[in-house]
Amino acid sequence: MLSAPSRPRSLRLLDAFAGPHGIDGYLEQIDPLLATAECRAEVVAVEHGTEESVTLKLRANRAWRGLRAGGFVQVAVEIDGVRHRRCYSPASAEGPGPELELTVKRHPGGLVSNFLNERAAPGMVLGLSQVEGDFGPPPRRPDALLLIAGGSGITPLMSIARTLLAEGHAGAVTLLYYAPDPDRMIYRAELERLAATHPTFDLLRSYTRAPGVGELDGHFGPEHLPAADPALAAAEAFACGPPALLDAVREAWDESKGNLHVESFVPPQPAPSEATGDGTIRFLDSGVELADSGASLLEQAEAAGIAAEFGCRMGICHTCTRRKLSGTHRNLITGEVSSTPEEEIQLCVSTALGDIAVEL
Amino acid sequence: MTTATAPAPAPTTTPPPLPPGMLTPEQAESFGAEMNAIRSRVLDELGEPDIEYIRSLIRTQRGLEAAGRVLLWAGVFPPAWLAGTAALSLSKILDNMEIGHNVMHGQYDWTNDPKLAGKQFEWDTACPADQWRHSHNYMHHTHTNIVGKDRDIGYGVLRMSEEQPWRPYYLGNPLWATLLAALFQYGVALHDLEVERPPEDEADRSKRLGLLKGIWGKVRRQTLRDYVLYPALSGPFFAFPLAGNATANLVRNLWAFTIIFCGHFPEGTQEFSEEETADESRGEWYHRQLLGSANLSGGRLFHILAGNLSFQIEHHLFPDLPARRYEEISVEVREACERYGLPYNVGPLHRQFGSVVKKIWRLALPS
Repeated sequence: MLSAPSRPRSLRLLDAFAGPHGIDGYLEQIDPLLATAECRAEVVAVEHGTEESVTLKLRANRAWRGLRAGGFVQVAVEIDGVRHRRCYSPASAEGPGPELELTVKRHPGGLVSNFLNERAAPGMVLGLSQVEGDFGPPPRRPDALLLIAGGSGITPLMSIARTLLAEGHAGAVTLLYYAPDPDRMIYRAELERLAATHPTFDLLRSYTRAPGVGELDGHFGPEHLPAADPALAAAEAFACGPPALLDAVREAWDESKGNLHVESFVPPQPAPSEATGDGTIRFLDSGVELADSGASLLEQAEAAGIAAEFGCRMGICHTCTRRKLSGTHRNLITGEVSSTPEEEIQLCVSTALGDIAVEL
Repeated sequence: MTTATAPAPAPTTTPPPLPPGMLTPEQAESFGAEMNAIRSRVLDELGEPDIEYIRSLIRTQRGLEAAGRVLLWAGVFPPAWLAGTAALSLSKILDNMEIGHNVMHGQYDWTNDPKLAGKQFEWDTACPADQWRHSHNYMHHTHTNIVGKDRDIGYGVLRMSEEQPWRPYYLGNPLWATLLAALFQYGVALHDLEVERPPEDEADRSKRLGLLKGIWGKVRRQTLRDYVLYPALSGPFFAFPLAGNATANLVRNLWAFTIIFCGHFPEGTQEFSEEETADESRGEWYHRQLLGSANLSGGRLFHILAGNLSFQIEHHLFPDLPARRYEEISVEVREACERYGLPYNVGPLHRQFGSVVKKIWRLALPS
């Protein structure tokens, strides 16, 4: 997370008048976008580029400090009263302006991706983080760039391509793009237009379920690189896509050259386990990792020497409540099992089912 | 959303004769299981209407506060002063009770909204939120009505239980109670400091110094805002907003004191000793919460202004369920109490508060 800039003097004076809720506690009652500290964005347009994806044009409020090509943001969406956060790489070009663009592909059973595909409409307000991550070209642009995209992994690479082409980058920009078929290739029309109008931009498509249609065929393999251009092996490469694609790319690369950068868009979610006591518990803030003994998370933290805050030790007072980042836990009082990432849990009455990561 | 889920049938074993209001360990366990079942069911049902409710209250409170400040700015005109003081009083009552107290219990943690996170919320009263979470959420709610552990019994200044040994100081009980009511926000703030007990050692002393610094920082900011900044905006008429702000703080203090003292001190509520609660099961904990709490009857608006602490019994059984649910839950709790032969202490405000006042006077004298 980027640290917040210090508040301007005028806002601090207003905060003194506003009291414990701050000036934003009042402004956001008028319009959530008026908040001065919390970054939010309003959906201004919704397009369905393919049947399985939605492209949202957003306008961020004044707390937004601009996009860096290839970076990602955490987007918060409220569904039936519960706020869910997901990481998305905006596809829009780098810049300080408030406009940004998100493309979200439906995941089977995906709560947020399906919600946005079905329900996003102009006027909807989303929570937003500042830009995060270290994927993308440095400010001093490399001469030649090779971009490798699989499916919705196109978004950070689209951002990089749009940025460099808008900057009039002199070097070659080559995009290897893998999609099942032309109808499911996100941004196909715009990419074809860019390739037609920018002689430095090469678009090489491979339709994995429609052989013979694109410039390349099949899944990524080392043979696709010479097919692109032998000189590309020297280019700075950026790849984003499903794990299988990234594995194949890593395998084809001479990693010692250090010119390959990959971004995985599927966050590794540990599989829930049937029983307690067989996973690994990670207490992130303390840097402690231990084998789950099956006891409550609070007891295990204490056994590991972490001075965890606690109170009642029976699930009443919420003194030990901490954020679970990933994994599955069971509430010992209600018996409820939850795999929701990023939720507040009471350590004294929670046990782990499989691997779990907690901010403690 | 209300459901018609039938409660679990009463235990089939014939209970041995017990004094009314008592439970065997087995009965306590089955009572506890019924309470756990209510909690799980309500947790499952939480959704959009619950978050909409608390947000609309926050919106109302912020609106009332803004209106109150503007009206009091023009407080030199009597109607503006009256309306402004009323709006600001209401705003402070909503902020402290239905919003602050309830949000800080973690009642809205399930929303994952940082603005409604129990551990982050701060309120407009002298007591810093983090100190409140310790003295109230943990100390009071875990050790409810255990004499010697629950500092809400008399707040360290009053004699509210026969179990507190009488001292001549307690002759002033009615006077101390009146002062505590008028200055309630400061009484609550100093609550965790245990001023009546000399510090045990150096660590205790420095811990208290830290608490005191936290309170001082908060009181300074509040005082500056209510008694300097806003009055200054009215220039030569500064006395009007100053008096309005002081009145609003006083109204909130008196109201909060009244409601809170009706929660555990009316006639019929029970106290407990550390010994008898030492190895208590969860079912027995539920049982103690029930016996130690009392409800207030009234209309919808009354319950909102009381922060739903008028459902003190349900609040103590389920401190982290959104308070707007207590009314519907109370039907099931009351029904379970009838089946288990447990008392369910409920009455209108005048009767419950009347019995609290009587107790304050009675306990001024040695038992």
